[in-house]
Amino acid sequence: MSLSPDSLAVLRDILGEPNVLTQPEDVIPYSFDGTAALKQPAGCVVFPQNAPQVARVIKFARQNHLPVVSRGSGTGLSGGSVPVANGIVLCLVKLDRVLQLDEKNLTILVEAGVVTQKVADHAAAAGLLYPPDPGSMKISTIGGNVAENSGGLRGLKYGVTRDYVMGMEVVLADGQVVWLGNKCVKDVAGYSMKDVFIGSEGTLGIITQVLLKLVPKPAAKKTLLATFVRMDAAAEAVSAIIAAKIIPCTLEFLDKITIQCVEEYARIGLPLNAEAMLLMETDGHPAVVEEEARRMEEIARQHGAESVTVAKSAEESARLATARRSAFSALARMAPTTILEDATVPRSELARMIRFIQEVGEHHRLRIGTFGHMGDGNLHPTFLTDERNFEEMERVEHAMKAIFDFAIKLGGTVTGEHGVGLAKKRFLPGAIGEGSLDLMRQLKRTLDPDNILNPGKIFDP
Amino acid sequence: MHCGMCLPTCPTYDATKLERHSPRGRISLMRALADGDLELGSEFGKEMYYCLGCLACETACPAGVNYAAMFEAARADIETSGVLAKPKRNFVRWFTVKFIFIRPRLLRRLGQLLYLYQVSGLQSLARKLRLTALLPQNLRELEPLTPTVRRYFSDALIREVETPTPRCHRVGLLTGCIQDLIYSEINRDTADVLLAHGCEVFTPRLQSCCGSLHAHNGELALAQEMARRNILAIEGCAGPLEALDAIISNAGGCGSHLKNYAHLLHDDLVFAARAATWSRKLKDIHEWLAEIGLQRPTCPPQPQRVTYHESCHLCHGQKVIHAPREVLRAIPGLEIVELPESNWCCGSAGIYNITQPEMAGRLLDRKLANLQRTGVSVVASANPGCSVQLEAGLRQAARDVRVVHPISLLAEAFRRTNPRTEVNRKSRCPDDL
Repeated sequence: MSLSPDSLAVLRDILGEPNVLTQPEDVIPYSFDGTAALKQPAGCVVFPQNAPQVARVIKFARQNHLPVVSRGSGTGLSGGSVPVANGIVLCLVKLDRVLQLDEKNLTILVEAGVVTQKVADHAAAAGLLYPPDPGSMKISTIGGNVAENSGGLRGLKYGVTRDYVMGMEVVLADGQVVWLGNKCVKDVAGYSMKDVFIGSEGTLGIITQVLLKLVPKPAAKKTLLATFVRMDAAAEAVSAIIAAKIIPCTLEFLDKITIQCVEEYARIGLPLNAEAMLLMETDGHPAVVEEEARRMEEIARQHGAESVTVAKSAEESARLATARRSAFSALARMAPTTILEDATVPRSELARMIRFIQEVGEHHRLRIGTFGHMGDGNLHPTFLTDERNFEEMERVEHAMKAIFDFAIKLGGTVTGEHGVGLAKKRFLPGAIGEGSLDLMRQLKRTLDPDNILNPGKIFDP
Repeated sequence: MHCGMCLPTCPTYDATKLERHSPRGRISLMRALADGDLELGSEFGKEMYYCLGCLACETACPAGVNYAAMFEAARADIETSGVLAKPKRNFVRWFTVKFIFIRPRLLRRLGQLLYLYQVSGLQSLARKLRLTALLPQNLRELEPLTPTVRRYFSDALIREVETPTPRCHRVGLLTGCIQDLIYSEINRDTADVLLAHGCEVFTPRLQSCCGSLHAHNGELALAQEMARRNILAIEGCAGPLEALDAIISNAGGCGSHLKNYAHLLHDDLVFAARAATWSRKLKDIHEWLAEIGLQRPTCPPQPQRVTYHESCHLCHGQKVIHAPREVLRAIPGLEIVELPESNWCCGSAGIYNITQPEMAGRLLDRKLANLQRTGVSVVASANPGCSVQLEAGLRQAARDVRVVHPISLLAEAFRRTNPRTEVNRKSRCPDDL
């Protein structure tokens, strides 16, 4: 099946001439997302401006058995929005209106193509906070965040995108537009259908609007930076902080390679000689913040922290967080290909996992930069490699599998926040088991019987 | 690496929301060409010329991707292939890139003619009689952009060697091509500020274009020729480069390219080593003052509210961000109001405002709206292209805002400090303080 001139004529009729791209120069830039080494040109790229247009495109695609891959800014890290050959890429960046900020109910209603940062800015302007802050928030779209159930640096205390979605408008595989959820804090009227679509990676429906929960902006915030001579010491400090019943908003970990790469980019004076670094942030009532910061410093020192420094200003805190968000991209300074993993373990197992990653790297003679959201057990071991070196890529495969197997053995998962997409597809059965996978398949068949929505992602039907 | 962190900082992506108009998209097209997945055609050519070359993407890129080099190479390939060749485009390119801008004497003659046309009243007469309406459409649209040519060019304002007492540093001064014609006083101001900082200033009387125009427009061989000429010019005036403490540029766009001579001439048998020295010594004026210790004029404060527009190639290309602001802060009485989106391209982008007037106009409008928000009457800018663009925009909007180089404001303050000498040659070395 390829896109016939007739099909393109229909799409142009629905969306208008400029909103249907087919020339190679227009389409090639949509062949990938943020994931390394995955590439597939689309048949065409279309830009709907509203949900009715999305519905018409989906109806047409279903009638003609054309695969549709929905996409925002293409910053995903598991190949979820990589096109399907000869398929339609449904790019939602032009659905970019902020529809309503409701200060009485602490919600914001936005279209799917609104950039995450814009949601955060609108909330902040009203003295509110939209907590999920994925690394790509300056350009990622909120629809993509919901479809991938993105995490971020504040997951530990505030949770992930799912925890902030109160409702959504979805276009189903038959072109029906439905509204799921509402502004009620409590609602048990039937199945929570919105939850089915959160993290569905565009395989069950097209999210066109999202109603998000906001929280009051914390009154105070304190950022600490601790350095360690051993990576597992930093991990032990994190487990100890959690065990001491402190839930800071951020507990970020960076290893030596990552620190060096980030510093080379951000130039904010990170400790270049440290083996590991923890970025710790607590927010809330000023007195609580003071107390928690003091205790975290104490625990870090008890676990062998070489130094603990406190950010002097809000600007410095923001600079540190921004620098940390650039970690994945900054690691690309070291090697042509950076393969980012997303292994996640219960927090009590962090030190074991960190040690294992180090051993695997040594065993397979690979360079691995590790950073991650240590506070929620979500690590990002990143292979610094070269996709043109087939022999090394093979070793990467082995190492990756070993890391996932070990994470699962520790009670963890293969992906904490990036999704399965194409990159983690083969690891999914091992992670969730046949029963769970079967249930997912049944759901997919029910909601998308013709398998037109992002086919081949997460699992095969 | 294709993480997309560059997208929100790219003016053409921001305006269109199309990946091909983004750094990531353009790089994917270059890669598709290299991998044989795409043929070099006119669409690729148009895309590469739709890029402003502002390099905001390089500032945003955590991975340190060298977009500028890829972009220059792509434009060179486009010119070699001839996919954009058309008689009019060919003529305009030949006349500007290959004829006028490699002939500094001729450029000055042309400047003098333009000066006479402007001071004789012919220009305003032509405008009043609407003779400009007879011009072809794109020239007609550009006519109001024509900057005012100065009566005296840099060679008439600056002696070849000017020496302060005491002398602490020896520097070469680059006067530029367009700046030499339309902002020659900025070059005089730069020399004065250097003298006030104890720098002996060597200024070759006849200097070529730095070659950025050529490099950015796919003429790398001519860019190399311009680089060799400039190295020879400075050596001819000041002796071996090694004996200089710095070579000074005061134009953001030129400086960014001038610093790149080492790379540009790296395989030139005769010039590679000298080009490497050149690049090491090349400093933007603000950067140099910060390095040797910026001196604060002691004149009585003259209250004034100023904002600072960042030239793309000064902030993104050269990463000189704080130094110009420090220069402004050193001037007594100046209140600095931060310009929203100060490092967002104004649309000038070399000759982009000539080749892509529509996008350039949108960016200028955005810049003017941000300027209005500051409510200032003076905007400082350290690049002649930006200054022309801003002056034209402000004139058309009938807004009474002065566009001035930060160094000119500093020079004015030094002159107020010491009013009797027009040129301030009295200097103090930091060691003496």
